[in-house]
Order: sequence, then C-alpha cells, then structure tokens
Amino acid sequence: MKFGVVQFPGSNCDDDAYHAVEAVVGQSVDFIWHQSEQVSGFDAIILPGGFAFGDYLRTGAIARFSPVMRAVDRFARSGGLVLGICNGFQILLEAGLLPGAMTRNKGLRFLCRQVHVRVENTDTPFTCAAREGQVLEMPIAHMEGNYFCDRETLAELERNKQIIFRYVTPDGVVAPDDSSANPNGSLAAIAGICNRERNVLGLMPHPERAVETALGSGDGLALFRSLVASLSGQATISA
Amino acid sequence: MASIDTEIKVTPEIAAEHGLTPEEYARTQKILGRDPNITELGVFSVMWSEHCSYKSSRAHLKRLPTRGTHVVQGPGENAGVVDIGDGLVAVFKIESHNHPSFVEPFQGAATGVGGILRDIFTMGARPIAVLDSLRFGPITSGAGASDEEVARNRRILDGVIRGIGFYGNCFGVPTVGGEVAFEPCYSNNPLVNALALGIARRDELFFARASGVGNPVIYAGAKTGRDGIHGASLLASAEFSEESQQKRPNVQVGDPFMEKLLLEACLEAMRTGAVVAIQDMGAAGLTSSSCEMASRGGVGIEIELARLPQRETGMTPYDILLSESQERMLLVAERGREREVFDVFHKWGLDAVEVGRVTDDGQLRVLNHGSVAADIPAHAIAEQGPVYQRRIATPPARLQAPAQSISFAARGADLSANFRRLLASPNIASKHWITEQYDSMVRTNTRVGPGAGDAAVLRLKGTKRGIALSTDGNGRWGYLSPKIGAMHAVAEAARNVACSGARPIAATNCLNFGNPEKPEVMWQFSESIDGIGEACRALDTPITGGNVSFYNETLGKPIYPTPILGVLGLLEDADCALGSGFRNEGDAILLLDGNQKAGVAAELETEFLSSEYAKTLHGIVAGTPPVIDLAAEKRLIDCLVNLASERVISSAHDVSDGGVAVTLAECCFTSEGLAAEVRMATTGAQESANKETLRREDGLAAEIVLFGEGGARAMVSSSPELLARVSQIAAQYGVRLERVGTVTRGEFRIQYNGGNLIQGSVDSFQNAWSGSLAAALKSA
Repeated sequence: MKFGVVQFPGSNCDDDAYHAVEAVVGQSVDFIWHQSEQVSGFDAIILPGGFAFGDYLRTGAIARFSPVMRAVDRFARSGGLVLGICNGFQILLEAGLLPGAMTRNKGLRFLCRQVHVRVENTDTPFTCAAREGQVLEMPIAHMEGNYFCDRETLAELERNKQIIFRYVTPDGVVAPDDSSANPNGSLAAIAGICNRERNVLGLMPHPERAVETALGSGDGLALFRSLVASLSGQATISA
Repeated sequence: MASIDTEIKVTPEIAAEHGLTPEEYARTQKILGRDPNITELGVFSVMWSEHCSYKSSRAHLKRLPTRGTHVVQGPGENAGVVDIGDGLVAVFKIESHNHPSFVEPFQGAATGVGGILRDIFTMGARPIAVLDSLRFGPITSGAGASDEEVARNRRILDGVIRGIGFYGNCFGVPTVGGEVAFEPCYSNNPLVNALALGIARRDELFFARASGVGNPVIYAGAKTGRDGIHGASLLASAEFSEESQQKRPNVQVGDPFMEKLLLEACLEAMRTGAVVAIQDMGAAGLTSSSCEMASRGGVGIEIELARLPQRETGMTPYDILLSESQERMLLVAERGREREVFDVFHKWGLDAVEVGRVTDDGQLRVLNHGSVAADIPAHAIAEQGPVYQRRIATPPARLQAPAQSISFAARGADLSANFRRLLASPNIASKHWITEQYDSMVRTNTRVGPGAGDAAVLRLKGTKRGIALSTDGNGRWGYLSPKIGAMHAVAEAARNVACSGARPIAATNCLNFGNPEKPEVMWQFSESIDGIGEACRALDTPITGGNVSFYNETLGKPIYPTPILGVLGLLEDADCALGSGFRNEGDAILLLDGNQKAGVAAELETEFLSSEYAKTLHGIVAGTPPVIDLAAEKRLIDCLVNLASERVISSAHDVSDGGVAVTLAECCFTSEGLAAEVRMATTGAQESANKETLRREDGLAAEIVLFGEGGARAMVSSSPELLARVSQIAAQYGVRLERVGTVTRGEFRIQYNGGNLIQGSVDSFQNAWSGSLAAALKSA
C-alpha cells in the first residue's frame, strides 16, 4: 500500500501529511512533484494544505492547472482514493472533482483553532473505521473555508449522503449560525464532502495534525485508519 | 519615485541629506582617498546608518556575555546558534521592524517576519517557529487617550496582526508565542519584534563568508525593484515627525510565497554541496550582503549590475544597490558547479544568475554595463564604520517617575470587582483573539502553543527532545528603572521557559529605545545593557544575537526603554513539557518562592506602585520595579526544571503581571473547567521581616498579597501523593514551598487571613478576561 503526497511549490503541510502516514500510521509514502505527469504506483493520493501557488488570486485557482492535476483527475476518475486537506480541498473544488466553492471565513480573518466535526456518513473509504455521529476533534487553519454551493447542489449532496463532516459543538450539535460551532460560516456547517462515487474527499480541518495525542488530539487517525482498512487487499490503480 | 541622477556631484550638503555627519563624510573621503560619487555615498549612508552599523550601541554591546557551553555561534552572523544535542543546533534571533510597522502596519510587520525567517534559513536551518513581541498604544478609551488615538492604535494593531499572519501562515512556519502589551508611550511608535527559530544539523551550517577567488557570485530570488530604498536602514535611523506617513513608499512589500520558494530552493541548493557562502539581502539590500560576505571572508567581490534581474526599467546603480526588495539571496558557489545551483533555483521557478565573482583585492567593485559605478574597500565599509561613545546622563529628577501612593482597600473588603477590571485590562486579558489568527500548528511540532503555557514548546522530530521559547519585557519597569527592568526581562523569560519544564540555555535580545543622541536615552540603554549582562551571567543564558532599535520616538517623545529578551530552553524529554493550566481536581496548589527572605512591607508598597493593578485601578505608574534577586531566580529555575523532569507536578505558571490572583485565575482559565480554593495568610517569614511595622492581625495589605508582582515565584499544582517528593526537591534547591490551596470544580475563591477577598464562578472571571480584547478590536 502506497500513499502519495502531492507537492505544489507552496504546499506547507506536505511534510506533516508525510509524517502522519509514515511515522504514525506506518504506511509507505512518497512525494509527488506538481509537474509530474502521472501518479502511477500509488493507492491513495493526498493533496496537502498550504498556499499552492501563493493563492493571491483565489485559493487553488492556479494549482488546478498543474500537470499533476491532470494525472490526479485520471486517477480519481478511475476510482483512486484522493484526500484533499484544507488547500487540497480548495484545489479539488477548483478542479471540479468536488462540487461547490470556498469563500472567505465569515469573520474575514484567518482562523487557527481546534474544532469539532461530526462524522455524517461512515459508508466511505475515508470514514469506514469511524462511528456514525462520532465527534472528532481536529484543528482548522485557514482564511477561505466558508463552503458554499447552490441550493440544488446542496440538496444533491444531502440526498447522496456526500456531506461527510459537519462542524458541531463539542457534544455533537450542528449550529450553523453559532460562530463557535461553525467557525467559518460554512453552508449547512459543511466541513467535508465527497464525490458521488465516494473516492474523492475534501475537508478543511487537518486530520494529519491530529494523529498524536501529545499534540492535542489523535482523532484524525480515524481517517487514516479508514483509508488503510479500505485499501487493504485492494489492487493498485494506475493512472 | 524618481531615480537619483548618477552624475550628480557629491557635496557636504548632499552627504548631510544622506544622514552622514561632517566627520562621517570626511571618513568616507579618507577611506577612498577621494570624494565618493553619489552611488558610493548612498552605500556609505546605508552601511553606516544606525540600523546597519550599530554605531551608538556597539561600544555597549561588548559588555554582554556571549559565550557558553552550548553556544556555537554568537553575535556577528545572521543568527545565533546553540548546540542542542543529537548533532543538531538551534538557530535563532529576534529582530525589530518597528518603524516600518508604524508607517505601513501590514507590510511592515509582514516583512519583519520575512526578514527574520531569511536570517534563519540563510544559515541552513529550516524555520520551525516564530514568536512576536508587540507593543501598542491604548486600544480602549479613557486613561487620557483620545478616541482618534485609540482608533489609530486599533488600526495599527489590526494591520500588524494581519501582516504577521499573512506572512507566517503562507510561508508555513507556526507562530507559537510571544506577547502583546499596551502603554501610552507606544501610541505613535508601536514595537514589532519577531523571533524565529530554526533547526539544522551542526555539520551542515552555512555562513556568510565569501571565499575562493574566481568563484561565481550568484543572485537568486525575487527581482530588484525600487521598493524599500532607504527602507529599514534609514527609516529606523531617525525619529518620526508629522511627515513620517509620507515615507510609506520606503516600506518594503512582502511576498511570503516567494519566500517559501526561496527557503526550499536555498536548503536544496545547500544540499548539493556547491554553495560556499550565502547571505540574504535584508536592510541595505545588495550593498550590505556583498560587503559583509566579502569582509567576513577577507576577499573582494565584483558585481555587474546589468546582469541583475530587475523589475523596473531605468534603475540607476544607486537604486539597485540600495533597494530593499524582499526575498532575495546572494550566494557564492564553487566555480564549475554553478549549474547545480541554477538547476535547483529554476526547479522552484526562481531567478538565479551569475552577477559577479570573488576577487582577491578586498574591494566591493560595482560595475554597470562595464563601467565602474562604485569601488570601495569592503572591510572598511563593513567593519570600520563610526563607533560612538554617546554622552550619557542620568535623567534629571523631573523625568523620574513622581512619588505617589495608593490608598488600600479596607481590611476584608471584597476585591472581586477590582479583580474583574484587572483581568479585563488589555495587558492581562486573553490574547486568544490575536493568536488564533496565526497558524500555530503547521509542521506538527507544537507541544505547547499560544496561551497554553508560559513558554512555547516544540518537539524535535526524530529525537526525544524539545525546545522551549519565551519572549518578555516590561517597558513600564524599564521606565522606572532601566537596569532592574532589563534584569526582570531576562529573568521572566528564563522563568517562563523553566515553567514549561525546559532548562534555559541561551538568549537573544531586541533592544528598543529612543534617540541615542539624547544623553538620558543613552543612560537608559547603558543601564539596560548592564542589567541584561548581569542577569544573563547569573542565569547562564548568554546572548547569541539580536538587534538594536533606536530612534523609537515621535515628535520628541521616546518610548519606555523596552529591551525584549527571548530565552531558549532545552527539554531532554519533550514528554515532560508542562502547560500552565491545572490538570486534576484535588491537586494541591503550591506557591514556589526562590526568595529566601520575605519582602519588607514599606518596600513592597513602593514596588506595588509599578504594578499592573496600580496602573489599571488607580492610573498610577510610579515607584520602583520589584527588587530582583538573581540567585533566587536561579534557584527557582533549577527547582522547576527538576520538578518537571521527575514528572511530579501537573502544571506550572510563573507569578507575573497581576500577581498571585491573576496567576491562579489563568491556571483555571487554561484548564478544562477547574477552579481553585485558596487560603493565604501572613506567614511567619513575613512577620519576622516586618516585625517593626506589622501587627499580626494586620498582615500586608491584601492587594499587595494578591496583585503584587515580585519575581522568582511560580504557582504549580501537584497530586497530593507526590507532595512529599515535591517538598523534598524544593528544599534541595532552597526554594520555599507553601501549599496555598486545592484544585476544585467549585467556585474560584481566594481568602487572605481568613476573609474571602475574591469569590465567584470561574466563568464570571473568565468572561472578563477572554472577551475584552475581542470587544475592543472587532470593530477595527
């Protein structure tokens, strides 16, 4: 089983994702340079957090044109598992691999804090090792995490159970209008969504920062353990 | 901005406009053996500016201790370096960006962070943490501040916070700590001091010493523009006047993405083995980087400006040499291996071009399309600048703080309301609203982040070790007594580091003062240096680097003398790191005191006039800072480090601003819903110290006991079973231990000599503490 962590020039959580997979989860992992035209040999690809190309224009707007994103697109469309964290989520939205868009946080400020998210659907390769309704504590660190989509898309996300994580209070209650429970003002308190096929997930919180209790929380392990479980025994996807 | 005409003939008047005194101008003529041309004059003016040359401070800085068992590199390089074991070194330094941050808060603060980060990775170290020490004018009305002033201070603070976040968050370095304080003297002169820490392998450090005649000199990174000409160098070398806002074009513009690319490219280029020397272009840009590299290596450098990547057309040699465009590096590579360096920079999408070569004649020779634009002995300009023994004068009595007194509350009076006001004062209140705008976790090393402990603690991946860092400095105390204030700055930073469980091993300092041409400012500076030197010697924390920022005055009014000390500590086992919050209900609350004698009532009353309580509740800034006993500080530090490494205490928090009461409250606020039940009494030691003045039933004034701010004290918590061992260790280090209370889940209560003085739910106090800054600033 091999994980790939894509490196855009301004990725800055690439080392953290690598560390989480290798040192904590104990799986093999390699970096993939943004100019790489192919991503063969990997079983799961992580688009890490950061500021891929500075993001002065719009988060992820330039990254989506990277050569590696054509390969990631092929990989995803042939069923490969793709996890976008923070900036990675923003890039997946820009690349059209996930629906919707990000706007600035409701308070118009960068926010770095521990938040609570509720697992809304465990029927995905990213959450199969979690419990439905389980509340996970993970940090956020972003300026543009205010998820938005149109009404039809939201209805479709709900219908297909594509909303995987929602921001909640510590005891698991969704409160979209409460800035302490829904810190960036996301529509329907959405913290993470997957595609219809369930093999592409994007989320704003950082599971790779929550894999060691010594650093505050080990709850992010639920995602990595799910990935490992669902990949066990599965054939390598080439793209 | 119009370019300077290169053909212009230099006169003494033009030299004066460049900030050179007649003597300094004569010195340039002597060094050159002729009149400088305008380009050379520009070079001299920036290199000999206060900011770059340390001409007023150099004579005093020699009195600081700079050597120690851990020190690998002291002052004089881009940053200080200390050995932290396992073949690793910590590279760290603090620097100011005060003047630019006043003129343009966002970019000023952003480029301040950018500059200090470059200093770290120039040495081959990857930055892993940033701390910011910030000072602003009042952000709440009242206390003599006009609405207009308050609004401006809020805007400055908002811009500075956003700028720091903008740069660090994008670059990918966690902003893990620092402090923010407010005093009227910073209204027109905010302080923005940024400290960065990086880690490198000891045998892979890089230095800024050019060598190898014929080796290529390579320019890498952002293109050169006209931004920042006379930016850091001259902005920071003169006082502000009403026209200072017009200097906005002199402030540099930061691009953290470019800096991130530069970081990765530099570290990768260094790994090729083809890099001989490297220096970033900070203040005074290409001029200082080339002069300093040549001077340190005892060689010359020749540069052809036409080859430099330029962002604008029509730039003169003067513009190019003095530009402070950000995110640029100058490297010397091994001849024949330059291709390897270019390839790395090109991989990261950066310009890298050969612009010159190392020569054997010791000259900085600048060519422009083949003709000589400047030709100056590099060593003379870098090292033989003017050094001044500025006049020092003890300030006349009128400048000393006036004598005042406080009428204390009646015995047994409820002080809860006063306590809430104190907790809500911006200096004491929670800084969470600010720190959560910084990414404090990226790189996943942050064991103790902002607000969670007295010092930030970072683990070192691949080892068991951890590093703790704290910055501190109390301007008010510096104002009342520069020497004692400076000693407290060292002691508090070291104590904070020890509270986190780490042994303090080295320090860096940022010395923020007024106009050095004023004898009383120079007196403050000299006294502060003495204080820092004495404290650093006593606490074994040599100064490894830092920065002096003079001319922090606007319209003739200097800031409080504000030396900021950053102390670095080492944890042998990062798992022993401690936070400040209580951990367990039922734990004993212990007050540790390194002082072997209790204070004398009359002295404590005078000291109390310098406290945050006196300022907040009575509007008084007077008296003297608390007496400082460095031996007591050392005892406490050693004791704390031992308690942490034996894992017999659950939390530690030093007693500082707001005294015992605020300390106890913060231990609750940073816990998960715990409270404290505390009983304090006049102790036997206090009675014997004060037998002349106190009767038993009086005791000290309750306010002094609760809110007094003496040093060498810490509040720790420990499980009752471990209490015997804790007492044993305290006794072993000669630290007094007093069990003052218990961690509970009930009300927050402090009694003194039997009466309830502070009482209420933790929430009722926490609301005052946590909400006040956001309430003042949300409208900014």
